[in-house]
Amino acid sequence: MKLYEALGLEPALALHMEEVKKHFYERSRQWHPDKFSRASAAEQDLALEMTAVLNDAYRTLRDPVSRAEYFLKERGIELSKDAPAELLEEVFELNMALEELRDGDASVRAQLEQSAAKFRSMQMVSDTELASLFIHHDAAPGPAKLDQIRAALNRRRYVSNLVRDVEKELHVHSAN
Amino acid sequence: MSTLQIDFGESKSHIVGIDLGTTNSLVSVMDLTGPRILSGIVPSVVSVLPSGEIIAGAEARERLITDSASAVYSVKRLMGRGLADIQDELKLFPFHIAPGSESVLQLQIGDKILTPPEISAHILRKLKLDAEEVLGGPVDQAVITVPAYFNDAQRQATKDAGRIAGLEVLRLVNEPTAAALAYGLDKRNQGLIAVYDFGGGTFDISILRLHDGIFEVLATNGDTHLGGDDIDNLLLKIALEDIQSEWNEDISGKPEAVQLLRRAVILAKEALSFAPAATIDLTYGDKTYQRQINVELFNKLIEPIIDRTLAPCRGCIQDAGVTPEQIDEVVMVGGSTRIPLVRSAVEKLFKKRPHTELNPDEVVALGAAVQAGVLSGDVTDALLLDVTPLSLGIETMGGLVSKLIHRNSTIPASETELFTNGVDGQTNVLIHVVQGERELVKDCRSLARFDLKGIPPMPAGMARVQVRFLIDANGILSVTAKDLRAGTEQTIEVKPSYGLNDDQVEAMILESYANAEEDLKERQVREARVEADAVMGATNKAREDASYLTLTDEDRAGIDRAMAELQVVYHGDDHLLIRAKIEGVDIATQSLAEAIMNSAIGKALEGTHIDAQ
Repeated sequence: MKLYEALGLEPALALHMEEVKKHFYERSRQWHPDKFSRASAAEQDLALEMTAVLNDAYRTLRDPVSRAEYFLKERGIELSKDAPAELLEEVFELNMALEELRDGDASVRAQLEQSAAKFRSMQMVSDTELASLFIHHDAAPGPAKLDQIRAALNRRRYVSNLVRDVEKELHVHSAN
Repeated sequence: MSTLQIDFGESKSHIVGIDLGTTNSLVSVMDLTGPRILSGIVPSVVSVLPSGEIIAGAEARERLITDSASAVYSVKRLMGRGLADIQDELKLFPFHIAPGSESVLQLQIGDKILTPPEISAHILRKLKLDAEEVLGGPVDQAVITVPAYFNDAQRQATKDAGRIAGLEVLRLVNEPTAAALAYGLDKRNQGLIAVYDFGGGTFDISILRLHDGIFEVLATNGDTHLGGDDIDNLLLKIALEDIQSEWNEDISGKPEAVQLLRRAVILAKEALSFAPAATIDLTYGDKTYQRQINVELFNKLIEPIIDRTLAPCRGCIQDAGVTPEQIDEVVMVGGSTRIPLVRSAVEKLFKKRPHTELNPDEVVALGAAVQAGVLSGDVTDALLLDVTPLSLGIETMGGLVSKLIHRNSTIPASETELFTNGVDGQTNVLIHVVQGERELVKDCRSLARFDLKGIPPMPAGMARVQVRFLIDANGILSVTAKDLRAGTEQTIEVKPSYGLNDDQVEAMILESYANAEEDLKERQVREARVEADAVMGATNKAREDASYLTLTDEDRAGIDRAMAELQVVYHGDDHLLIRAKIEGVDIATQSLAEAIMNSAIGKALEGTHIDAQ
């Protein structure tokens, strides 16, 4: 896994932030183009290349969600874009309320704000769930555990999109 | 103090740091004692003399008053921009756009037509010469600072300006980051700091994490067209209206009068940072205008401008993922942060008293020198990890933007995207690169359009062309494409949608070399003559001293001879010869100088330096 290699880390889902940061700083000191300003063109190109990948690695791996998405993708597992079945009813109601808000019915605001708060707390639950799944996976990796992680990620992503959409609509329509 | 290790082992050529500001510019260098400013502030004004000679700095600024059409200021506002996006600027600044500026923007100054990078190059060349004079050797490499929120085209234009001025631009550094570097070196090197940089024409806010010499930018935001200039324009407008009603005369069509008034307005603005009231004072011809402005009115007027800096600050705090309480220090940079209302607005937002003890005019240039030291290897422990201020994307179906590299990504940053053919046998793909945060292409800044050619004809969807976008440590984009089926690679020239292409820059470099040699020679002669004037003046004065009579005839004849020889070469154009004869006078007057020093009245003449050369 290229991004783990770039940071000099063993592929794992649970990472200590301080550890990731330490590796990132060490390798930045080693490879940053600033350290090669008087080197040959070939060395400069290499430094640029190494740092670009290093920065990409740090950006991707420091965030648990993007890290897990990358990890799964490298294992050939794609995330799905469909709504998780258990949320279907909730999402249906939410969309109705959003529609009413767009049509100028401000009375649904309270309901929407409530939904947003609820989804935000679901997001937090997902994060904790993911953190614990990561640890379990790293202790004894296996396809079943990756499947669980995939499901949790799908849900997390879906919920966070909902939060974003609701907040955006609430913002737009309060501005008017 | 700092933990930075500075190692000046072998002697290397100097890399200077340059703060190329909207209003003023500075050049600096790193030496054993730390970063220091070389020579004084250079006003960012360029003027074309009737002789065709182009000058920059204080002299050029004077010509704004005497012959406005021959001088230009605040040209940084035009860097990397096209005619269409400077319409607001044209209403407020006396830029004379030359005909034919549709593709590349050009200004008419006196009887010359110059592009913004060429104009900036004249400021850079002035700084380069100043630095060479102080350092006593050639300077051909530089670190130049740019507003953090500058886009790709504006950065490219700045780099072009450096090349035209005969400088290899080793790095473009963001101004607030440079300030943080100078601040971190001097005051603090751990924790979270915010840099609020409100200059003459641009506003930036950056939040950084400092950790053992690493300066990691977490987020940046800003407005490249917001600065002290805007406050000046506001006051100017009011004064012009006043004058129209008082004098019953509209002077807005008289550029010299407007420049005089602008200067009066700036003086009043600056005074208002320290006094409860100030007067805009203009004498033009036989008429005078005086208008007192108190701080209350001033604050009311400028509040909307200051408010415009607060939204980027909030965005930056949010993007950095921190709260105002977590930020340890707020560092103030740029002349406009001297305004008390700016300081109190910042204090309110960040919930702490901002740091104002650094000279806000110099801190960016000092930081540029530190970065120059990092690149030369003299400063070994500091490292800047900066970010790209704007998201980079490509146009997709329906005029939408697909973001490839998000804003606040640490640079260098890269992203690859796979392109294919939409129809059977299609051999090219048109790619449109944009920069900005909005979802529609039309709301973003067009960076470049290029045509990916040479795809072998094959059924739709079968071609595989991988395009790689790379933003380097200067924040400048380059693009390479690889045909995955054929295995061939090509570097695509990213033609800026606005700006100069390589050939144009090369032509300007050649032209500037031809002029630079002339300029340098003329300048050296002029300087030698100034020195000769000083030496001859001092000698003539010393001859009137009583001590002169105590010299031997031989000494006196020696002085006469040396002075005559200097007179002979004075009007020639060989600066080395003039300098040799100056030295001759110095030697010949040694005994006279000693005699004066020894005499009782010698004290009064101390400081004329007859023997100091």
